[in-house]
Amino acid sequence: MADEVVLLDTWASMFGMRVRLALAEKGVNYDYKEQDIENKSPLLLQMNPIHKKIPVLIHNGRIICESAIIVQYIDEVWNDKSPFMPSDPYERAEARFWVDFIDKKTYVTWRKMWLSEGEEHEASKKELISIFKQLEDVLGDKTFYGGDTFGFLDIALITFSRWFYTYETYGNFKMEVECPKLMAWVKRCFQRETVSKTLPDDKKVYDYVFAWEKRLKSNK
Amino acid sequence: MGSEDVKVLCFWASPFSIRVEWALKLKGVDYEYIEQDVFNKSTLLLELNPIHKKVPVLVHASKPILESFVILEYIDETWKQHPLLPQDPYQRAHDRFWANFAENKLLYASFIAMVATGDDTEKALNVARDSVEKIEQEIKGKKFFGGDNIGYLDIALGWISYWIPVYEEVGSMQILDPLRFPAINAWMTNFLNHPVIKDRLPPRDDMVAYFHTRKKIVSPTYHDLMKYL
Repeated sequence: MADEVVLLDTWASMFGMRVRLALAEKGVNYDYKEQDIENKSPLLLQMNPIHKKIPVLIHNGRIICESAIIVQYIDEVWNDKSPFMPSDPYERAEARFWVDFIDKKTYVTWRKMWLSEGEEHEASKKELISIFKQLEDVLGDKTFYGGDTFGFLDIALITFSRWFYTYETYGNFKMEVECPKLMAWVKRCFQRETVSKTLPDDKKVYDYVFAWEKRLKSNK
Repeated sequence: MGSEDVKVLCFWASPFSIRVEWALKLKGVDYEYIEQDVFNKSTLLLELNPIHKKVPVLVHASKPILESFVILEYIDETWKQHPLLPQDPYQRAHDRFWANFAENKLLYASFIAMVATGDDTEKALNVARDSVEKIEQEIKGKKFFGGDNIGYLDIALGWISYWIPVYEEVGSMQILDPLRFPAINAWMTNFLNHPVIKDRLPPRDDMVAYFHTRKKIVSPTYHDLMKYL
């Protein structure tokens, strides 16, 4: 029986990108359905009534939500190639911990920086940079977070690189200056065809955010 | 494996660190319990968990593992007896989703309801009750979330059975109405009566006294917590 895989997503979401990348890594075909998160479709509300968020993966009629959970699901179902998780339980725990760290801290801090001014803006900018410096330390001198393997933590973090230009522009800083080793890792990741073919253009992400901000501010 | 191999940094009233203990006890793994004063953090805690500075921390063969849900999965992968997570990937995703849901929605809302005042209490109670309503659907017709035996989701949600009744008493409020939520109430009884769980619960009187004190301390600034609703 052929697998039926549907993804509800929005192109600029770093969380949705994780799922697209995971499916690409496993060579899984899927039906992509772009969602308007400012005008949520009945389909999205039906598939994710609890959180009403993307991404949502629908695999043979079964619904899986939350990007980190979806990526692990993809790894466990399509387990015949490209494993995302290391085999050692301690390394797996480390990968899960850092993905949880990214998910707890990054978006919330970016949003504060994005929508605030003055002292609050400066403080959240510093915090955002320190999050990435922390993640840079975790990488150390490894090729990927998964060592020689492009793994779970690589997938979870590389998608945020599409937002670096946006962070830099709003925060007036350069990731190349603040986190050179992390940026080298980004370049290495983009040598993978799955990454370069799946992830969107970072300038387009900025245009999207800029337009979104205009709409937010005009609605006030 | 000797107990000196496994240590757990805990706080006696924490709904997070007790999960780790329940999982280890279910698997029959000996461990050393190290009480932490979370209001006066020890050098040990700060060294082992510099990022979040929180309990629980599991230390296994001198390596620290952090974040209670990450620790539960580590325990399940390291000690294979009494498996906690199901085998099927969809069921695993289901359990992980509901563990996070209860954590992010019900835990915050029920605590906030306990410490808030006026309309904000009602607001928090509504979020809490809506969350319980959703969880009720997941436990209907089952003895445990794990089926016949306690599993990952029972351990992840176990705090509901013991901490929420304490919050209800301290906050003079009701969240887990037995008439409205019969399935979750039945599960709570099953869970608390399980020999491993029953044997490892903090004293209720101490819990009530502790949370009364927390309410006094947190109430003046509870507005800071409303954003978590």
